[in-house]
Amino acid sequence: MNDFAHLLDRLAYEPRRNAKLRLLQDYFTHAPDPERGYALAAMTGGLTFREAKPAMIRGLVEARVDPVLFGLSHNYVGDLAETTALIWPAHDSPSANDGGLSASGRQRGSPLLEGEGQGEVRGSSGEGTHLTPTLSFQEREPLAGAPIGHNNPPPHVPTLAEVVETLGTVKKADLPARIAEWLDALDETGRWALLKLITGSLRVGVSARLAKTAIGALGGHEADAVEEVWHGLEPPYATLFAWVEGRAERPTTLNPAPFRPPMLSHPIDEAGDFEKLDPAAFSGEWKWDGIRVQLVGGRDADGAQVARIYSRTGEDISGAFPDLAEAITFSGAIDGELLILREQRVQSFNVLQQRLNRKAVTPKLLEEFPAHVRAYDLMQAGGEDLRPLPFTERRSRLEAFVAALDHARIDLSPLVPFATWEDLAAARADPAAVGAGADADAIEGIMLKARDSAYLPGRPKGPWWKWKREPFRVDTVMMYAQRGHGKRSSFYSDYTFGVWRAREDGAPELVPVGKAYHGFTDAELQKLDRYVRNNTTKRFGPVREVAYGLDHGLVLEIAFEGVQRSTRHKSGVAMRFPRVARIRWDKPAAEADRIEALETILARGISEIAPGETLKEVGA
Amino acid sequence: MSFSASDLLTLTREGLYCPLGGFHVDPTWPVPRALITHGHADHARAGHGRVLATGETLRIMAVRYGADFCESRQEAPLGEAIRIGDVTVRFAPAGHVLGSAQIAIEAQGVRVVVSGDYKRAYDPTCLPFEVVPCDVFITEATFGLPVFRMPDTRDEVRKLLDSVALFPERAHIVGAYALGKAQRVMALLREAGYDRPIYLHGAMEKLTELYKREGIPLGETPKVVAAERGKLHGAIVLCPPSSIQDVWSRKFPDPVTSFASGWMRVRARARQKGVELPLCISDHSDWPDLCRTILETGAGEVWVTHGQEDALVHWCGTQGIKAKPLHLLGYGDDGESEPAAAAEEAA
Repeated sequence: MNDFAHLLDRLAYEPRRNAKLRLLQDYFTHAPDPERGYALAAMTGGLTFREAKPAMIRGLVEARVDPVLFGLSHNYVGDLAETTALIWPAHDSPSANDGGLSASGRQRGSPLLEGEGQGEVRGSSGEGTHLTPTLSFQEREPLAGAPIGHNNPPPHVPTLAEVVETLGTVKKADLPARIAEWLDALDETGRWALLKLITGSLRVGVSARLAKTAIGALGGHEADAVEEVWHGLEPPYATLFAWVEGRAERPTTLNPAPFRPPMLSHPIDEAGDFEKLDPAAFSGEWKWDGIRVQLVGGRDADGAQVARIYSRTGEDISGAFPDLAEAITFSGAIDGELLILREQRVQSFNVLQQRLNRKAVTPKLLEEFPAHVRAYDLMQAGGEDLRPLPFTERRSRLEAFVAALDHARIDLSPLVPFATWEDLAAARADPAAVGAGADADAIEGIMLKARDSAYLPGRPKGPWWKWKREPFRVDTVMMYAQRGHGKRSSFYSDYTFGVWRAREDGAPELVPVGKAYHGFTDAELQKLDRYVRNNTTKRFGPVREVAYGLDHGLVLEIAFEGVQRSTRHKSGVAMRFPRVARIRWDKPAAEADRIEALETILARGISEIAPGETLKEVGA
Repeated sequence: MSFSASDLLTLTREGLYCPLGGFHVDPTWPVPRALITHGHADHARAGHGRVLATGETLRIMAVRYGADFCESRQEAPLGEAIRIGDVTVRFAPAGHVLGSAQIAIEAQGVRVVVSGDYKRAYDPTCLPFEVVPCDVFITEATFGLPVFRMPDTRDEVRKLLDSVALFPERAHIVGAYALGKAQRVMALLREAGYDRPIYLHGAMEKLTELYKREGIPLGETPKVVAAERGKLHGAIVLCPPSSIQDVWSRKFPDPVTSFASGWMRVRARARQKGVELPLCISDHSDWPDLCRTILETGAGEVWVTHGQEDALVHWCGTQGIKAKPLHLLGYGDDGESEPAAAAEEAA
């Protein structure tokens, strides 16, 4: 548990992806089985413990520590697990324990120690060695070097495997006592890691993908190779480690409906890429603004149908879409976009978002937000792996497959015909005119796929391209800035920006509408950073407020993909993928856009304002 | 009415004042006569008339402010009774930084101890804290919450050395206060067997040289040459905390940002500063030591100068000890205000 805890501790502070990978690899190389397997499970979200609730942990700590002191501490630290980890009475420290404190010192001076002799554990080992009473006690009672307090057995530090296995079997009533025992035995970092693990809030900035990348690297495999076998495996993944370490064959996946790593595209560079590409070699289709999924069906050993819906990262999301899972009556794997369709019309991402954000899948939700898949590739059909086939061949197999399936929830993503790049540009600018009709709302651009391309996992450069529609643009005023991470950690590189709105008394005020941290060059970043430092008006921890108002402020032109209703933002709207398009050093802050510009996009729907236009007319 | 501690020490705009002796302790404004506990900039300011402090503290002040930092100075030998007006004062080691002292002030059978900043943890660069029995103990409470329980500094230094071993191509930039913490980290590294040069930011240089002159071995500590930064793969570099986020530190090879401070006990504090390798090394007493020290002094009353006073005052109450916060202004409540460091950096 200690090694795992120290790994989490390092990861939690490490912003760099490569350094995280190094830390993970170092751990996976040195930690034994099954310890590392459970660690992998913890980091890939494969462990859940239902019974260990924050209230229980609070109860445990409040039984041991003065509640006033705990309250003050919790208030200061701001995190229950961390406060508990830090304040938990340490058994080797005389005064760390508040209970110990109230009984220590003058009440426990030398006379008391003389009287009680070695029975007193506290104040006699560890840090306590500089305590005067302890020293005098040691002088008087030589114990031939035996550690004082040796009549108490040393606390047993649990392994991660022990924690995971115990939590899976222990009776609910016995759980608090077991957790308390572990907390007694572990150090601060160990306690923190344990509490984070069992309460399921292990946020250390490691994605499942990154953990799999580290595992793959142990044996020189890509993460995709790990993904291929992943869904047939169970914690603690002994066969997986044996394979990557070259001690055993690749684990055979017995999963009848496994995840397959998807093929991803590169953004096309309009300035340079088109002239190198032959339009005749490519097929075009709409880029849908939904979520990329795989529908996978197969028969298990007993012949029962298994249906799975996987996200692009391999997360099994079948549970959230039972309406769609029902449609998986086939054996095979379809790659496509999950969208909400109402009366045959694709809804915008805003609508899909409303379904994604719900915890419980209610009948009402299923009715109001029916999930569909628009299929664009066929990876597997029956027992046949189609991925090595060229795109055109897979496409005709897909058309036949979807037609044979004949299910209302699954349809085909239409191709966009074009002869020249100009044709394609026209389609991109106005999808509705090229057959997309009302569905144009949910189109975020064009996909280009080389007709002869095999289906390759990952993001190979060349066969697939995405050409997004022009973004919306809005002029905003910088309000707050925060330091970035990694290479940017010394620079103020994350900017919160606002637009104008009318206060109740009619006076204009700026209201924050979003945050952007890319879109500028390193040279521009240096200028922005200097601007922030020279114009700071307030500091809140890592955040600086900069000067803004009608007379001063820096205008940032923000490009973004859309607007969503938001209850988290004061303005009530949130932008999708905002980034800094231009820094308008020249523009007075008073001329920045108004909130109505964003509300109009929200209210009128994406299709009614031609993307790419700036929104001044709307806001003015 | 009988003589009491509040006759011995009062609060003025400049800080704690002893009317019977006509002097201030650690005044935050220039005064005619000042007794200084230690050399940190928020306690030891320039511009006083007469200054009484330990020899080390006087020399630290001279390095920071120039030889003419006050009109006249007197060295206070540790443990020696010094008569000032109607009171007797005595300096005793505080274990905070080189030369740091508590000041016991006594008159008519009443003794008040102004602890200044102090710690009980191991520090090879200064004398250990000495308990001085007293009637009123005036304590700091920088880390006055029970979550502040500092780990063994050897383990923290080990963390740094492990990271250097794991990332031998990256420079490790360790933020540390220029007076005390920096030299303590150097000494701890040497004790852990690290014998390569420890590189210093320019702001650290003069005080580190002073420590060496005072007889504290710190090994080879070259100053970082700006143009050479890119070549310091695997090096340990000490700099003032303000520099770890500075563009200065970005010129080192893929730097690992570290910070040696008791604040690193709390994750959010480390993250706010963008610290990747927090080293929990404090020059202030942690919670157990604050409590233990109060009990060991036998004081019937405790005054808390600065820091997280609520919890400590509450705890004193549970022990039947009278306690009150003084709400002294001007002391770095988070130990982060080291104005001198910034000044030296610029120099």
